[in-house]
Amino acid sequence: MKTSQKKPEKLIDEKDIRYDGRKLNEMRPVKIEVGVLANADGSAYIEQGKNRILAAVYGPREIHPKHQALPDRAALRCRYHMAPFSVQERKSPAPSRREHELSKVIREALEPSIFTEYYPRTAIDLFIEVLQADGGTRCAGITVASLALADAGIPMRDLVCACAAGKVEDRLILDLDDLEDKSEGADVPIAYMPNMDVVTLLQMDGMLTNEEFEQVLNMGIEGCRQISQLQRDALKAKYTAAKEAEAEKEDEAEEAKK
Amino acid sequence: MSSIMATKVRAKRIAQMIASGKRSDGRGLNDYREIQIESGLIERAEGSARVRLGKTEVLVGVKIEIGEPFPDTPNEGVLTVNAELVPLASPTFEAGPPDENSIELARVVDRGIRESKAIPTGDLVIEPGKKVFVVFVDVYVLNYDGNLIDASALAALAALLNTKMFNYEVKEGEVKIKPGYKPLPLANYPIAVTSAKINDQLIVDPWLEEEQAMDARLTMTIEKDGKICAMQKGGYGTFTTQQILEIAKIVQQKAVELRKLVVKE
Amino acid sequence: MAEDEYISGENTYKENEKIFATRVGLFDHDQKRVYVVALKSFYVPMVGDTVIGKVLEVTFGGWLVDIRAPYPAMLRASDALERPVRPQRDDLPSLFDVGDMMIAKIVACDRTRDPLLTVLERGLGKVTRGQTIEITPTKIPRVIGKKGSMVSMIKNETGCQITIGQNGRIVVIGKTPDDERSAIMAIRMIEREAHTSGLTDRVTEMLRKEKGEKSTKEVVENVPKET
Repeated sequence: MKTSQKKPEKLIDEKDIRYDGRKLNEMRPVKIEVGVLANADGSAYIEQGKNRILAAVYGPREIHPKHQALPDRAALRCRYHMAPFSVQERKSPAPSRREHELSKVIREALEPSIFTEYYPRTAIDLFIEVLQADGGTRCAGITVASLALADAGIPMRDLVCACAAGKVEDRLILDLDDLEDKSEGADVPIAYMPNMDVVTLLQMDGMLTNEEFEQVLNMGIEGCRQISQLQRDALKAKYTAAKEAEAEKEDEAEEAKK
Repeated sequence: MSSIMATKVRAKRIAQMIASGKRSDGRGLNDYREIQIESGLIERAEGSARVRLGKTEVLVGVKIEIGEPFPDTPNEGVLTVNAELVPLASPTFEAGPPDENSIELARVVDRGIRESKAIPTGDLVIEPGKKVFVVFVDVYVLNYDGNLIDASALAALAALLNTKMFNYEVKEGEVKIKPGYKPLPLANYPIAVTSAKINDQLIVDPWLEEEQAMDARLTMTIEKDGKICAMQKGGYGTFTTQQILEIAKIVQQKAVELRKLVVKE
Repeated sequence: MAEDEYISGENTYKENEKIFATRVGLFDHDQKRVYVVALKSFYVPMVGDTVIGKVLEVTFGGWLVDIRAPYPAMLRASDALERPVRPQRDDLPSLFDVGDMMIAKIVACDRTRDPLLTVLERGLGKVTRGQTIEITPTKIPRVIGKKGSMVSMIKNETGCQITIGQNGRIVVIGKTPDDERSAIMAIRMIEREAHTSGLTDRVTEMLRKEKGEKSTKEVVENVPKET
């Protein structure tokens, strides 16, 4: 619902506490669930602060239109889209220029992690739907898309985790939300593959000196590593839930035998 | 960026040469191709410039119109950047609505100008909340031979430096154009520098064949005081942190060199 | 996942002396290899596999068949008819129509071509009776069992004919729908509990219990009604 949310006078106070109570290098609370949609080959859902983002994968599957087929690998196609009700002012459902650009950079962030060469002439279709947005959606989108790909059983080199870092009111911070992002300073979204120790997405708007940028980059990668742990926990949770259900059935069978 | 499939053999050859420190056109790893800049070719535009970066050719026209400000910034003028990969520029460009490549190009050029606050939009207000100047920067690619981002950003800056605003007065709520011009006030001179990674080797200003052989590219836009104001990684490959920081160092020097070509003191 | 001297086995890859998993699953290893039993994967066509396909389209020279893989398969008329094909006389839909299921074998498949099928061998052809079910392809080996022990047991206990497709489809043909249902229950149970031990015994027990309950039901129903 529309709030008369007035922008707080200062986003960070003298004690270096952010307006939502977080420390400078603290991420918003994150909740992740893997395998949430029945029809998709793979899916995952994330809540990060007020962000609510769903990702689904279909594929590898036959590619239509055929002329998009690549002879030596699968074509990864990605659609990042925001629901009209995801933002304060209703957004038109038609894809905006921003959504086009983000679809491209997100695809380029995930492609290095997939063994696309195993499935030539097919398509791997990835859909990211932002149900509610509060800054950092492309990073949360990449995080959850990578899990959806894993959930679909698509062979990957690594999971891709993503997090933004930046500068607000002269202090370097991690995981900017919408208000922080829109203010003066800098916002640097980063996507990272921890096994390979490489960056797959890097963008920036704002202003930083080279020294500040180096600090922000390192801070962002640290944040990515935290996200990576949460991704692994979410995958393990899906397994153990399956295994616990099995164990329960075995116990019941044992009981019935007695 | 394009879908021209350079033969794999050629791409391999280029990668091999680069690994031994040489580029297929004889350049050093950190050298730009020859650059030619011409301003003011399109009289009907308020500002214009054409950049030739090697064989890549980009024409930018600036038009200034009167419009309404955005609701959340009632006291600021508007900047809008658009790019067209015109079909005559390459056998791989098709006519039609802007594709993701032209959208990315426009937004990266826009980011450089906007984040460096090159155009003081506060000075473009005619009637607060009602009438402002809208600066249209239209990037028109005429020949694609690699590194459209740097060529377009350079042409956009040259075109803005060339832009003249008409004098005006507001009479009975109407804007009346008066004789005479004044240059568009610019507060910053952002320069985009694109590096590419091929076979773990970093080069600057990739031309078409190098773009087809590269793993990934990283563009950094530097404003006049040396701060980074925009960044964009592109391509399906990756960068290590070391490579990113190395690029940030090289880019500082290149930005100064390129800026000298456009901004005459 | 593992360092040093191992070879990367199924669902893993090696880079810089380290072995990483490519899919989510259960880690295992033997003396030489490190591998992952994937939790979820999809069927990738291999030459020689028996598959159960569904006709998608009747084309000019044959049929386009869905085999639950990233690639659609093709059955050419020449691989379905013993004699030469006569386009004017031969009515392809009468052989296989859209929606028909078939048991087929993959005769050709590589990186540049979609899989090619044949039905010209013994045991292959259109499925005309029984039920076809789908399970996760990774569980197929468990349904077959060591040297076919699991599927043989199900066949014995239920009297059903069971044809297993490597692509995760199974055709069950029984003398009665009840027999088919038992066999399908057994297969579903295997799919759910594939990674547990003592499964063969539990499935056998379940099937025998089913049979027992069925015979009592029949006895009750066959008692003549008192008029």
